[in-house]
Amino acid sequence: MNNKQKNKILNKEACITIGLYAFFFIWWYAFAYGLGYQEPSKYSYVLGFPSWFFYSCILGYIVICVLLFVVVKKFFVEVDFDEE
Amino acid sequence: MGNIQIIIPMIAYLTLMLYIAYRSNKVAIQTEGKGFLQEYFIGGRSMGGFVLAMTLIATYTSASSFIGGPGVAYKLGLGWVLLAMIQVPTAFITLGVLGKKFAIISRKIEAVTVTEYLRARYKSDAVVILSSIAILIFFSAAMIAQFVGGARLFQTVTGYPYIVGLIIFGITVIIYTAVGGFRAVALTDAIQGIVMVFATIFLFFAVIKTGGGLENIMDSLYQINPAALTPDSGGAIAKPFILSFWILVGFAVLGLPQTTIRCMGFKDSKSLHNAMIIGTIVVGFLMLGMHLIGVLGSVIVPNIEVGDLAVPTITLKVLHPVLAGIFIAGPLAAIMSTVDSMLILSAATIIKDLYINYGGKDISSKRISKLSFYTTAVLGIIVFLLSIKPPELLVWINLFAFGGLEAAFLWPTLLGLYWKRGNATGALLSMATGIAAYFYFTIQKVKWLGMHQIVPTVLISLLAFIIGSYIGKKNDEDTIKLFFG
Repeated sequence: MNNKQKNKILNKEACITIGLYAFFFIWWYAFAYGLGYQEPSKYSYVLGFPSWFFYSCILGYIVICVLLFVVVKKFFVEVDFDEE
Repeated sequence: MGNIQIIIPMIAYLTLMLYIAYRSNKVAIQTEGKGFLQEYFIGGRSMGGFVLAMTLIATYTSASSFIGGPGVAYKLGLGWVLLAMIQVPTAFITLGVLGKKFAIISRKIEAVTVTEYLRARYKSDAVVILSSIAILIFFSAAMIAQFVGGARLFQTVTGYPYIVGLIIFGITVIIYTAVGGFRAVALTDAIQGIVMVFATIFLFFAVIKTGGGLENIMDSLYQINPAALTPDSGGAIAKPFILSFWILVGFAVLGLPQTTIRCMGFKDSKSLHNAMIIGTIVVGFLMLGMHLIGVLGSVIVPNIEVGDLAVPTITLKVLHPVLAGIFIAGPLAAIMSTVDSMLILSAATIIKDLYINYGGKDISSKRISKLSFYTTAVLGIIVFLLSIKPPELLVWINLFAFGGLEAAFLWPTLLGLYWKRGNATGALLSMATGIAAYFYFTIQKVKWLGMHQIVPTVLISLLAFIIGSYIGKKNDEDTIKLFFG
């Protein structure tokens, strides 16, 4: 693998990372404000937590961890750090 | 009188830290000659995935994640937990964006500090000196703040005087860092990370049990303060404000030298991949657990006036003293693991970026190794002495430390790796305007569109970087080849 190829891989992986970051942001935002912006008396509950909190903070955390696992194992390449 | 039961687990734990330093020291003194700096300041680039993940998140999580943040969550409710969860991607974004690039570059130029990378990239003395000064000043202020936080916590929980706590864990940190170098820092960080996880688990379940189950607690919370169940805490956490934390404790974390330096210290790609996953799991767990403890604790122990006292008070209420001792080791671990990383990087900055770089190239390696030990120790002792009665100036500077480091280092670090055109003029302009803007906005309490000051700061320093890079000279062939070839 020459330097050009390495750099190409590194740039691609950085983009994937930023993509995951954006995904987590959207998930966090959509559930927190989509479900949470109403009177607390109208809240439904999942496992004892208000549903907005469960989906945004707890499920969101689990989803990003699983997604990260899959993406890293599938798309991230083992690059040699020393020069040829 | 103090509580001896709480102290015993703490002492046992600190002794373990010292033993690790002793073992690491053996590795360091066996590494003769040129290899010494690589060993002492970056642990010979040998970290595996687990240690890398733990040292990254332990360095990042500080007193504020265990005491300050949960204290605010105690007052404001689930909205502040929502805010804390913005930090979940910290580990994977740092490692994913900077990890492999830093790994390759730092091996080529034998870098052990972030400043060395900046020197190789921008070839400018002004950048080297400005970044060294920024690191030394902001780190000192931050280390003192961490020490003060830890000693106060110790005082609250054990009943022993402030100075006793400061001596016990302050001296421990200084010794193990000075004696063991980066290897000891990373290994103790790993253990401290584990301690933080267990501390969080213990306290979380104790709180739920004391409160008679989660549903019961949520129900009471709704009766006492329904706003605590909403994402904006009934209007107390405005949207522009919480969204700016996606910069402050999100994207701009890519600028923090104490965490980015960790991208120079791991063994191979596999370590990095595993650390991305482990780090995210652990940091998310700590943030969720600790901040939820703050919220749920407000039902169990109501009416605590000072937010910072919420977690210590809840702990003493719900945990047996021995368990409380183990728990308190959690925030102390968070504090020590932040201080040790800053201490070793400060020493590396003095020795490698300033002394060897400008002082003289022909210093014998024996002298360098001696000087490295002493510099770390002396620096630690200065920080320790200043923490006994912190000078107001440093307390004040600490308000700017976190954002100030981001303002200074974010774009020069990131764009140095990903933008060919970026050059010394851009980096210098970005650092100077970033720091100046952050101080100005914070002092003047400028709240642009209701956002935290870091957002306009980061935009201005980005603009400065771009403008400077187009005005300044193009990079020479060698730099382009080294970084992009």
